[in-house]
Amino acid sequence: MVQGPKLDWRGKDIISIRDLSREHIEDVLYHAQQIRPDPNLLQGRVMASLFFEPSTRTQLSFATAMQRLGGRVIGFSGTESTSIAKGESLQDTVRTVEKYADIIVMRHPLEGSARLVADTVSIPVINAGDGANQHPTQTLMDLFTIKKFHNRLDDLKIGLVGDLKYGRTVHSLALAFTRFRKIQLRLISPPNLRMPPSVLQELTGIVSYSETDQLDLSDLDVVYVTRIQKERFPDIEEYEKVKGAYVITPKVCETLKPTAILLHPLPRVDEITPEVDTLPQAKYFEQVQNGVPVRMALLKLLLLGA
Amino acid sequence: MSDGELKVSKIKNGTVIDHITAGMAPAVLKILGIEQGCHDTVIVAMNVRSQRLGLKDMVKVENRVLEAETVKKIAIVAPHATVNIIKDFAVVQKIPVELPQELIGIVRCSNRNCITNIERVTSYVVVESREPLRLRCHYCETLIEGPYASVLLL
Repeated sequence: MVQGPKLDWRGKDIISIRDLSREHIEDVLYHAQQIRPDPNLLQGRVMASLFFEPSTRTQLSFATAMQRLGGRVIGFSGTESTSIAKGESLQDTVRTVEKYADIIVMRHPLEGSARLVADTVSIPVINAGDGANQHPTQTLMDLFTIKKFHNRLDDLKIGLVGDLKYGRTVHSLALAFTRFRKIQLRLISPPNLRMPPSVLQELTGIVSYSETDQLDLSDLDVVYVTRIQKERFPDIEEYEKVKGAYVITPKVCETLKPTAILLHPLPRVDEITPEVDTLPQAKYFEQVQNGVPVRMALLKLLLLGA
Repeated sequence: MSDGELKVSKIKNGTVIDHITAGMAPAVLKILGIEQGCHDTVIVAMNVRSQRLGLKDMVKVENRVLEAETVKKIAIVAPHATVNIIKDFAVVQKIPVELPQELIGIVRCSNRNCITNIERVTSYVVVESREPLRLRCHYCETLIEGPYASVLLL
């Protein structure tokens, strides 16, 4: 990867993929590729990890990223032992936290909470998921993984498979591709779980896309699979009808191009069978591993600048 | 009255809101807070022929001068409206009805899971497009489209 123009990151927040230009995205990916563990880089810095709802991968990878750069982590997971349980407002909580920490990483069940916090405090804020809205660092690690294997983010055929209606990762990823050229998106889902019109509206005229319920993956460079959740179907029979249609098995993978990569935001349940894990196209565990360098790069950029 | 043959009484003092999108007069009355107990004269005309709009509505309210926030709300339901302040039967001021780029404390977010609908936070909506009307919540990024915005007015 080549470094682009130097961008000023200090004091910026990472709240939504909508806030990031192509240059910003490429700068993060460049630094994520270059960064190495360094116990002195963020020595003396404190990251507040505020997880109002549980998370395995995101919380641990942010903590790992901070510690590999020599910083410290304070915070909580769940609100039982905090003043929030006593009724404290989110704004009062983060006004207190900013007195103790240099940066806030927050996951919260309500949409818009991350932007509110960023508007409230003067230290940088990274959104680690605000309800069903945004999870921008997931998108950055998805893009990092795609770039790592294809060495480009332009001129790609990408299939998004499964629940495209409620899955925030696929919304963010689709929006991120509006920053790149010659992208063809194939939106593969049951009819009741199609990409929302509000997202399609933002793609229109920028990204070429098609919608289908057929699992045709043969010409794709990237296949991004998400879980179809039973609770999204009002009628269980409808769920039973479609659930098997979007399961990635070794047989389905026979149709993939040898250079295609198979991604999944995880946790996976049964939408990719375990036998697929050893196939050369299966890259979802490398994808999750890429969360650490991407988050290390973001912490460095926001705390120290480029 | 330049548009068509409409004849309605003039008001001595108050406000005339003209060129309201046809059918939106009730929404304007709601914004003005005109309901039972209002004793001032209110004249409502609906589906009047208009050269500019085809059909339009019109509202005249006696003894009422609109605040800037009220005009912003009217812009959401009737973007082509004109507001004229009347004194002694004459127009003394024309207030342009223009939707600002940002609406703060004017429109509630339509997303029930938005932080602004749960905590004590003033709503903050950005105008992405005036025609067709498209608003986006600054906080949760929910898109609020078209006439739906009128039912979300605070």
